[in-house]
Amino acid sequence: MTHATSLGLDSRKLAFWTFIGSECLLFGSLISTYLIYKGKSLVGPYPPEILDIPFTSFSTFDLLMSSLWMVLALAAVQRGDMKWAKVWLFGTALGGLIFLGGQVYEFSSFVHEGLTLQRNIFGATFFVLTGCHGAHVTVGVIWLLTLWVRALQGKLGPEHAMTVEITGLYWHFVDVVWIVIFTLVYLIQ
Amino acid sequence: MSASATGLRSWLTTTDHKRIGLLYFWTAFVFFLVGGLEALVIRAQLAGPNGTLVSAEAFNQLFTMHATTMVFLALMPLTAAFFNYIVPLQIGARDVAFPRLNAFSYWVFLLGGLFMNASFLFGAAPDGGWFGYANLTSKQYSPGLNIDFWLLGLQILGIASLAAGFNFIVTILNLRAPGLKMMRLPVFTWMVLVTQFLIITAFPVITVALVLLMFDRFFGTSFYLPAGGGNPVLWQHLFWIFGHPEVYILILPAMGIVSEVLPTFSRKPLFGYTVVVYSGVLIGFMGWGVWSHHMFSVGLGPIADSFFAATTLLIAIPTGVKIFNWIATLWGGQIRFAAAMKFALGFIAMFIIGGLSGVSHAAPPADLQQTDTYYVVAHIHYVLFGGTVFGLFAGMYYWWPKMTGRLLDERLGNWHFWLTFIGMNLAFFPMHFIGLLGMPRRIYTYGPELGVSTMNLVSTIGAFLIGIAALIFVYNMWRTRRHGAVAGDDPWGGATLEWSISSPPPPHNFDVIPTVASRLPRWSATQLKAIPEGAETAAPVHVPAGSWWPLIAASSLPIMATGAIGRMLPVVLAGVAILIVGIYRWAYEPFEA
Repeated sequence: MTHATSLGLDSRKLAFWTFIGSECLLFGSLISTYLIYKGKSLVGPYPPEILDIPFTSFSTFDLLMSSLWMVLALAAVQRGDMKWAKVWLFGTALGGLIFLGGQVYEFSSFVHEGLTLQRNIFGATFFVLTGCHGAHVTVGVIWLLTLWVRALQGKLGPEHAMTVEITGLYWHFVDVVWIVIFTLVYLIQ
Repeated sequence: MSASATGLRSWLTTTDHKRIGLLYFWTAFVFFLVGGLEALVIRAQLAGPNGTLVSAEAFNQLFTMHATTMVFLALMPLTAAFFNYIVPLQIGARDVAFPRLNAFSYWVFLLGGLFMNASFLFGAAPDGGWFGYANLTSKQYSPGLNIDFWLLGLQILGIASLAAGFNFIVTILNLRAPGLKMMRLPVFTWMVLVTQFLIITAFPVITVALVLLMFDRFFGTSFYLPAGGGNPVLWQHLFWIFGHPEVYILILPAMGIVSEVLPTFSRKPLFGYTVVVYSGVLIGFMGWGVWSHHMFSVGLGPIADSFFAATTLLIAIPTGVKIFNWIATLWGGQIRFAAAMKFALGFIAMFIIGGLSGVSHAAPPADLQQTDTYYVVAHIHYVLFGGTVFGLFAGMYYWWPKMTGRLLDERLGNWHFWLTFIGMNLAFFPMHFIGLLGMPRRIYTYGPELGVSTMNLVSTIGAFLIGIAALIFVYNMWRTRRHGAVAGDDPWGGATLEWSISSPPPPHNFDVIPTVASRLPRWSATQLKAIPEGAETAAPVHVPAGSWWPLIAASSLPIMATGAIGRMLPVVLAGVAILIVGIYRWAYEPFEA
C-alpha cells in the first residue's frame, strides 16, 4: 500500500494537512464574520446577558481532555496495544459526545431565553459559527466510533496507525478551532 | 475489469486520470458551447438599440448564466481536463494520488453543472449576476428559485474543485519520478500546483459566503440585510476574497500551457525558468491582497483604496516579468507557426491588452469612471478570452495528439485561429469605447441617443465570428476521428515526459518509471534523446479496477440540493444517507491504487 513518495510523507497525511489548511480559511471566514458583526445587533439578547462562561469552560475542558485521550489512543495503536486503544478511542468519542451534549443544552437554553437565528445578528453569527464547529465535532465522533467498532471487530491494528493518526489530526484541529472560538466569542466579549 | 475495458460501465466507474481528463474535457467543452450560445443571444439582443429579442428578465438570466457557466463549468473544468490528463504524465506518475477522489471530483462537477442548468427547465435560471451581490439576492428582491439554484449549484461545484485541489497538490508534491526535483518540474505542472493552492484557500471563503446567503434565504437570518443588522458589503468582501484568486485560478494554468508551447515551437528552453516559476508563485500570493480593487466604488475610504491600488499595481510586475520571459524565449528561436503556437502568441498579445486595461482599473479615480461600464467587460474578456481561452486552445492543439493519437488539421486550425483572433478583437475592443462613452454593463438594451449603436453592431459581428470559428474547431475535432494524421509519440519534439510514451498512453502510462536528470528530459544540446530508464525492469503493472462509489457519493449532493430547492426535508436526508453509505463503502472497499 505505501509507495515511496517524493517528500517521504504519507500521501493521505499530506492530503489531510492541505485539507486542514483549507478548513482554516473556512473557519477564518466564519470567525471574521462573527467579529465584524460584533456589537451590531439591533435588539437583544446580547452576548453578556446570555453566554455562560463557567458552563462552556467545562465543555472546553472536556474537549481538551478528549484531545489527550486521542494522543493516548494513537500511542496505544502504534505499540499494538489494542486493549487500551479501544478504551482511549471510545473515551475520545465520549468526550466529543459530552461536548455535543453541552452544545445541545446550550443552544436550547439560548433559544429558551429568546436568542434564535433570526432574532438578531449575534444569534445568526453565533449559531452558524458554533453550529459549524459542532457539525465538525459530530463528524469526528462518528469517525472515532467507526474506528472503535473496527477495533472491537479486530479489524484495526498497528498497521492502521496512519489512519488513526489522521483521525487524530482532524480531532486536534477541531479542538484548536474551539479554543479560538471560546476565546474570541466567550472570553473576550 | 481492467482499465482498458470499454463500454458505459467502464466509464462510469473509471479511476484512470486520462479517462477522467477526457470526461472533464468533453463535459466542459459542451458547457463552453452552451455559455457561448448564451453570449451570442446577448450580443444579438444588443446588436442594435432598443433590442426586443429577449425580455429584461431573460437578459438577466443570460448574462448571469453566461458568466457562471464560463467560469465554473467551462474554463475551470477545461483547465482541470489538462491537469488530469497531462500532470501525471509530466511528472512520470501512473495516476494521481487518489484516483477515486479524482473520479468523485468529476462526477460532482458534472452533476453540479446539470443541477445549475436544470434551473432553465423551471424558467428560473440564476439572474443575480455571477457575482450575486447582496441585496439583489435577498428573498425580498429575488423571491423565486433562481438564486437558490445558483447558491446551491455553486456550493456543489466548490466541493468538486476542493477535492481536486487536495488531490493534485499531493500528486505533484509526492508522485514525482525519481530525480524530478521541484525546480525541474515543467512550468505547466508548477502553475497547476499554484492554482490548486489558490483553489483550496479561495473556495472555503465563497462557501462561507454562500452558506450565509443560504441561511438568509432559507432560515430567515440577516447576514446581508441591513434591516436586521447585517451589511451587504460583507458579501462583496467574501465574494472578492474568493473572486480575485479565482481570476488567477483561471489564468495561471493558461500561462503554464503557454510556457510549454512557446519553447517547443521555438526549439529553445523557456527563458528564465526560475523567474517564471517564482513569478507564478508570487502572483499566487499577491492574488490574495488585491480583492478590494473590485470594490472601489463602495467607498471604503482613502486608506483602503490606496492600499489596494498599490497592491494591484504591484501584481502587474510579476505578470509583466512573465511576458518578457515569453518574448525572450522567442528571441533567436526556430519558430514554427503551428496552430498551438499561433494561439500561444495570440495569448501574449491579447493578455498584454487585457493587462494594460487592468492596470487602468487599479487607480481608484479612473476606476470610478469605469466601474459597471462595458470598459470592464472589455477588460475581462481580453484576459479571460484573449488570455485563458487562447491558452486553452493552444493546449488543445498541443496535447490533442497525445490524448487521441491524431493531429488536428493545421489548415483548419489556421482558420480557427484567425477568425477567433479577428472576431475577439471586433467583439471586445469596441467595448472599451462603448464603456467610456457611458454604456452600463448588464442592461438589456440602450437608446440610439447614446451614440454606441454602430460599435455595438461591430461587437456583435465579432461575437458571431468567434461562434463560426468555434464551429470550425468542432469540425476539426470531429474530423480527426478518421482523417487526422497519426501523431506518433512525439509530433512536436516536446521536451517533457508526456512525449516519451505512446499516444494515447497505455492505461499505466509508463512501463518503467523514468529517472529524470534535467528540466528538459527529452532535449539535449543537439537532439531529442531517450529518457534514461530507472534501474527496475518492466514488470506487469497493476492497474486498479474501477469503483462505483465515487459516482454514488457524488450523486448525493444534487439530491440534497434538489431537496433543498423543493423544501423537502426527507429528500435532503435521503441524500445525506446516500453520502454516508457511499463514504463507508468507498473507505472499506478493496481498492489498491
